[in-house]
Amino acid sequence: MKGLLPDLDLVRKDFPILERTFDGGETPLVYLDSANTSQKPQIVIDTMVDHLERHNANIARAMHHLGAEATEAFEGARDTVARFLGAPERDEVIFTKNASEGLNLVANTVPLAPGDVVVTTEMEHHSNIVPWQLATQRSGASLKWFGLTDSGELDLSNIDELITPATKIVALTWVSNMLGTINPVAEITRKAHEVGALVVIDAAQAAPVLPIDLASMAEEERPDFLVFTGHKVVGPTGIGVLWGRRAALEALPPFLGGGEMIATVSMEKSTYAPIPHKFEAGTPPIAEAVGLGAALEYLMHVGMENIHAHEQAITAYALERLATVPGVTVLGPADAAKRGGAISFELDGVHPHDVAQVLDSKGVAIRAGHHCAKPAHQRFGVQASNRMSSYLYTTPAEIDALVEGLEYVRSFFKLDK
Amino acid sequence: MTAANLESMYQEIILDHYKNPHGKGLRDPFEAEVHHVNPTCGDEITLRVHVDGGKIEDISYDALGCSISQASASVLNDLVVGKTVDEALVIHEEFLRLMQGKGNVEPDEDILEDGIAFAGVARFPARIKCALLSWMAWKDATAKTLAEENR
Ligand SMILES: Cc1ncc(COP(=O)(O)O)c(C=O)c1O
Repeated sequence: MKGLLPDLDLVRKDFPILERTFDGGETPLVYLDSANTSQKPQIVIDTMVDHLERHNANIARAMHHLGAEATEAFEGARDTVARFLGAPERDEVIFTKNASEGLNLVANTVPLAPGDVVVTTEMEHHSNIVPWQLATQRSGASLKWFGLTDSGELDLSNIDELITPATKIVALTWVSNMLGTINPVAEITRKAHEVGALVVIDAAQAAPVLPIDLASMAEEERPDFLVFTGHKVVGPTGIGVLWGRRAALEALPPFLGGGEMIATVSMEKSTYAPIPHKFEAGTPPIAEAVGLGAALEYLMHVGMENIHAHEQAITAYALERLATVPGVTVLGPADAAKRGGAISFELDGVHPHDVAQVLDSKGVAIRAGHHCAKPAHQRFGVQASNRMSSYLYTTPAEIDALVEGLEYVRSFFKLDK
Repeated sequence: MTAANLESMYQEIILDHYKNPHGKGLRDPFEAEVHHVNPTCGDEITLRVHVDGGKIEDISYDALGCSISQASASVLNDLVVGKTVDEALVIHEEFLRLMQGKGNVEPDEDILEDGIAFAGVARFPARIKCALLSWMAWKDATAKTLAEENR
């Protein structure tokens, strides 16, 4: 199959969990839930263990060997994130807890007033809807959104009504976690910048699969903020990233107050540290940041171009195979080239929970439900869906196992009778 | 999970109730209507109760969800309609005990009838909420009805 990682067998060996079996060894794991969270390579696990075993100390404030080592490891991880994103400056990389916290940070600090407009889309994860609902409710600004076409792409036909001089923020996902759609973020960013709006990109699903190079983007097409989450890029949970343009970050007030984010403090007032520390109050998740650094090194070593090609090959194969199962309807674009690694689908006559449960009995792990994208489900008139999602370790044989599993679901629920 | 486990969860009785749910649809009259959702999966139920003189005359509902949540609403309707509120609360307690028993509870068939088929579901923590959705909605609606009566 063209596009697959040439060393797929070796890549799989890097992920110890892929050897898991169930039912006393009879049923191998077929993990197709990577858009939910990815599995971790040994190097990430080892790096975190090594950090905790040998280098653990608090950062930035401990005046001893270990403090220096921990600080170096933590700041080294920031350098790695900057390289991974092609960030113009390493200090533009803020560590957060996850993608949600990054989006909340921006939504909580960006100035909004009555009459201002925040624009988002109907395909967002709840993490890129709810913070903006809260922000607009608090400030009296209004919230508007791009709708979706029947094929699961953004409906840009009314872009001139949505993006106007009143628009202060355009917040959208690069890749949809439900529909898989890759959105034209460059085009929308250019348009938003013409009216002086700030652009916030949710890259939680894009960072795992698309090569990102912020510095090489045309100035007008480079977003102002971009977030992603560590656990979906083969890193640990508890760590995420907010990247922002220096000027945009400097213009925001602090989000959380506390240690590490100050320059000086008196009882009357404080002055704040420069970025990135201004936005990193308190002791950060140090081992997690170090783990994230190892994860991104790993992905860059495999090569994001190669990972992207692998995902496209697997996605194309999965779309082709799913089309052979009677009663399966795929939501979102039919063309694999327009998709990230997630494919949501319905199986006529069986609720997604029941599909997922029966697949699980065959070791096949998928997600069932609304995938934190209720509005997108509503748009397509479905209450819940099944979602398979692949990653760099996914094999065509695993897609076959899913398809066999779906045939078994059909027979289990006696769909042909 | 082995095939045997799967069969224990998806008992014929459950699949029958799923395919032919009893008492489905929203009906008048009713004293209370509630809407419950399972936020993790989005399953939803709108449920009405009609109580007259301490007796449950009707439970009507409109529900979206998996086989377990649908079948459980159907069984609820079977077991509870026609009983007094006090009798129904005993059945509710027994169903709750079964579902929260991690698969180690021997259900009382005299009380639960078809409801014992849910014993297998109790072994799957992720699905217990599915089985309880309609029962929680019923309890809530009934409490509302009683509060209304006592005013
Ligand atoms: C598109 C998208 N945005 C945001 C998030 C939130 O990520 P986290 O839960 O790690 O904050 C997710 C993950 O579920 C996602 O898929």
